[in-house]
Amino acid sequence: MTLNSKIPAGPLDKKWESYKSTCKLVNPANKRHLDIIVVGTGLAGASAAASLGELGYKVKTFCFQDSPRRAHSIAAQGGINAAKNYQNDGDSTYRLFYDTIKGGDYRSREGNVHRLAEVSANIIDQCVAQGVPFAREYGGLLSNRSFGGTQVQRTFYAAGQTGQQLLIGAYQALERQVALGNVTQYSRHEMLELVIIDGKARGIIARNLVTGELERFFAHAVLLCSGGYGNVFYLSTNAMGSNVTAAWKAHKKGAYFGNPCFTQIHPTCIPVSGDHQSKLTLMSESLRNDGRIWVPKKQGDSRKPNEIPEDERDYYLERRYPAFGNLVPRDVASRAAKERCDAGYGVGASKQAVYLDYASAIERYGKVEANKQGLSNADARTIRELGEGVVKEKYGNLFEMYEKITGENPYKVPMRIYPAVHYTMGGLWVDYELQTTVPGLYALGEANFSDHGANRLGASALMQGLADGYFVIPYTLGNNLADDIRTKAIPTNHPAFEAAEKEVSDRINRLMNIKGKESVESFHKRLGKIMWDKCGMARNAQGLKEAVEEIKALRKEFWSNVYIPGEVKEFNPELDKAGRVADFLELGELMCLDALNRNESCGGHFREEYQTEDGEAMRQDDKYMYVAAWEYKGDSQFEMHREDLNYEVVHPSQRSYK
Amino acid sequence: MEHYHMNLTLKVWRQKNKNERGRFETFQVKNISSEMSFLEMFDVLNEQLVAEQKEPIAFDHDCREGICGMCSMYINGRAHGPWHHTTTCQLHMREYKDGDTIVVEPWRANSFPVIKDLVVDRSSFDRIIQAGGYVSVNTGNAVDANALPIEKQKADESFAAAACIGCGACVAACPNASAMLFVSAKVSHLALLPQGDPERKTRAVNMIQQMDKEGFGSCTNIGACEAECPKGISLENIARLNREYIGAVFSGSGEGNA
Ligand SMILES: Cc1cc2nc3c(=O)[nH]c(=O)nc-3n(C[C@H](O)[C@H](O)[C@H](O)COP(=O)(O)OP(=O)(O)OC[C@H]3O[C@@H](n4cnc5c(N)ncnc54)[C@H](O)[C@@H]3O)c2cc1C
Ligand code: SF4
Ligand code: FES
Repeated sequence: MTLNSKIPAGPLDKKWESYKSTCKLVNPANKRHLDIIVVGTGLAGASAAASLGELGYKVKTFCFQDSPRRAHSIAAQGGINAAKNYQNDGDSTYRLFYDTIKGGDYRSREGNVHRLAEVSANIIDQCVAQGVPFAREYGGLLSNRSFGGTQVQRTFYAAGQTGQQLLIGAYQALERQVALGNVTQYSRHEMLELVIIDGKARGIIARNLVTGELERFFAHAVLLCSGGYGNVFYLSTNAMGSNVTAAWKAHKKGAYFGNPCFTQIHPTCIPVSGDHQSKLTLMSESLRNDGRIWVPKKQGDSRKPNEIPEDERDYYLERRYPAFGNLVPRDVASRAAKERCDAGYGVGASKQAVYLDYASAIERYGKVEANKQGLSNADARTIRELGEGVVKEKYGNLFEMYEKITGENPYKVPMRIYPAVHYTMGGLWVDYELQTTVPGLYALGEANFSDHGANRLGASALMQGLADGYFVIPYTLGNNLADDIRTKAIPTNHPAFEAAEKEVSDRINRLMNIKGKESVESFHKRLGKIMWDKCGMARNAQGLKEAVEEIKALRKEFWSNVYIPGEVKEFNPELDKAGRVADFLELGELMCLDALNRNESCGGHFREEYQTEDGEAMRQDDKYMYVAAWEYKGDSQFEMHREDLNYEVVHPSQRSYK
Repeated sequence: MEHYHMNLTLKVWRQKNKNERGRFETFQVKNISSEMSFLEMFDVLNEQLVAEQKEPIAFDHDCREGICGMCSMYINGRAHGPWHHTTTCQLHMREYKDGDTIVVEPWRANSFPVIKDLVVDRSSFDRIIQAGGYVSVNTGNAVDANALPIEKQKADESFAAAACIGCGACVAACPNASAMLFVSAKVSHLALLPQGDPERKTRAVNMIQQMDKEGFGSCTNIGACEAECPKGISLENIARLNREYIGAVFSGSGEGNA
């Protein structure tokens, strides 16, 4: 199959407009007879389901948590980007488009990214109309802050809870449609198979997680909004339940997987404290605005941080990147921390951490504050106290969270941080209409591969999820469903549903009957370790080849030695987890193959063989300026299809932050 | 921070499903690190149970960052345990010492039936939101976001109410199992904003009607909800809800849409 991205013809800034004014429409009477399944109720799923319900489609939503409001999107802290230019600081649709393409290290589509920038402003309008309480200035207008990788202030936020407020806005819009009878909501339901009839996605098999029963659902189209797959690494900043299952089932039924190896590792997370660690907690990127990152100059230095004199500290980001200092992009900051720790300069009990120090910011702010208050000879202690007050106002909730988790007071002792898996740029391959290679199957939000190339900029995932759900899919779905209005609802006793359900129940029974010795958790941890060591922040051909073999062996062991307690027909979280880990054990292999195929370093994908003399990433535009879209061909069999990326407007160049 | 290890006795509520009767079961866990979170201690216990080929304890959790509202344990008689403004997942083991006994129960309320062990059904909260916890605006209808300035103080107050994570600790903590704090947080969030103004009367009335229909108890101003709420939702919101409700009923616009 040749990949057709279906980017509309015409100049970049007219493509979306012309698509919208020429696409096919479905009239309201027909919409009432069209069923849509939306898997996932995060920002992408909730916004899509609410908007489609408003248009009159018959929508069903699914999520594995007990309420749509608990999707992983709720945890986003920092903010959402939009090209509003409210600060009059030179922002524009083009600039947001350009920053996103460059931030993604020139591995995303111009057409998609420009559309994203165009609709970004509508998102903020929509959210405000719903009552999302964004931060405001004293004049009553919306407030903005800056984020990594940009020179303008275009990030809208609601304290450290932006994702929560945006999701609650979308959730409320969704619940309104439930009340109006346009949406039926299935919580604690997990999609376990896609049903394809005559080459089109026509439904799903879901397991009711309370009763354990398998249930069949028909629809004219299926939207996967099931989030990212960072938990393949076991430890990540994702919620515990985030998984790849929905996307992976679709992949095995014919949907190509785009750039699976593109993973984002966030530089500022609370480090692992021991083997018991179940997840990692992000400390917002905004902390790098004022904090200074350092390690001791002496290897294995075991002194307490406050005992290490100034001239024995290595502020390595400031040393290596004088122009950007502590504000280099995420991928660069993460690799630099790893480099120092690997070289033996790490701090804390595990030596896998670096310091994020607020002492100089506290002193700086304290002096300013003392001046403001007219205290001309304030002593050091007063200055400190005043400074702590300012820092508390800006970052108080983050400092509090750090203290709850570590038991250390970050106002007095520098925070310890280390990079952690955070986001997956890869995902199901989709065309401009967000349709996968399976007709009638769409992917939105983090589940697709679309807009962030090899590295996502901060505050852009929320933007993309809501763009897809509120403003893109309502048009593109209609364009395709216009040809489907004569298709009657297919009864779920159709043989395709029978067969799909049987596949699921056979697999569940197989899992339950292994009755081995090792827990699901233990397999997940072992997979995570392979992925982190060999397909993590730095990768090389040798390690990736080893990883492929290790994963295959681990998968075999899993299928012969996993132990799952309890019954099938009951609430059984161990069984839920087993299915997810089984899929991660297949995905992990594909990620390594993709990383092995891509003989270059770009964005979050760093191949040690491809770096400059001073350790910076080296792209190979002549060979790898393409999307790798993988087709599933059977166990461990994947075929790669290329979608070449053509830059008509932007001229790719090597990124430099020196 | 000094780290230490401890052995603990856990008394945990076990209940096979909604219909069967539950009971406490006692477990010993060893060598728990003071650096673990409370749920990581449960992970250790569950791994131990799986190793013995016994059924692990079912409990709800997802983000483990104090924001999704999924975790819900009633620990030694307190919803989300002893720490102020803290969800179960953010409670850490340095709170405990070697030899302690910890009793863990599910949220207890008629409107939150137990699904299994420590897992309860909170779908009644979704239905309360469905009754009116939104602004009726369709996608695409919005005006420019800055066309409507909102006084900072109002916006901040609204935000403070919107911080509710829908966990249900307020219900679990209340002797009457009232959901007033939850309902009032949503009503306040929207009533304080001009966007929420056109529907404020029907919203208050319909949400309260639904709350009653779900079987939540009535509010007698005990204040246990506020004390246990992990997000610091204040009792002032309940006072505001009462004013909204009374205002709506007296102006005659309280026709439910049910
Ligand atoms: C800690 C943290 C902070 C972040 N901060 C920011 C930020 O400040 N700004 C920003 O732009 N981005 C941020 N991100 C990234 C951003 O939050 C996510 O990329 C985004 O929210 C994903 O939204 P989504 O709708 O695609 O998926 P999710 O919100 O992950 O939702 C997935 C949905 O799918 C459902 N689901 C999954 N599988 C199945 C299945 N098999 N069956 C049924 N249902 C299923 C789930 O129940 C859930 O409802 C952050 C991420 C993390 C981890
Ligand atoms: S009001 Fe507080 S306790 Fe009640 S549901 Fe909201 S966050 Fe939880
Ligand atoms: S698990 Fe999300 S709030 Fe505790």
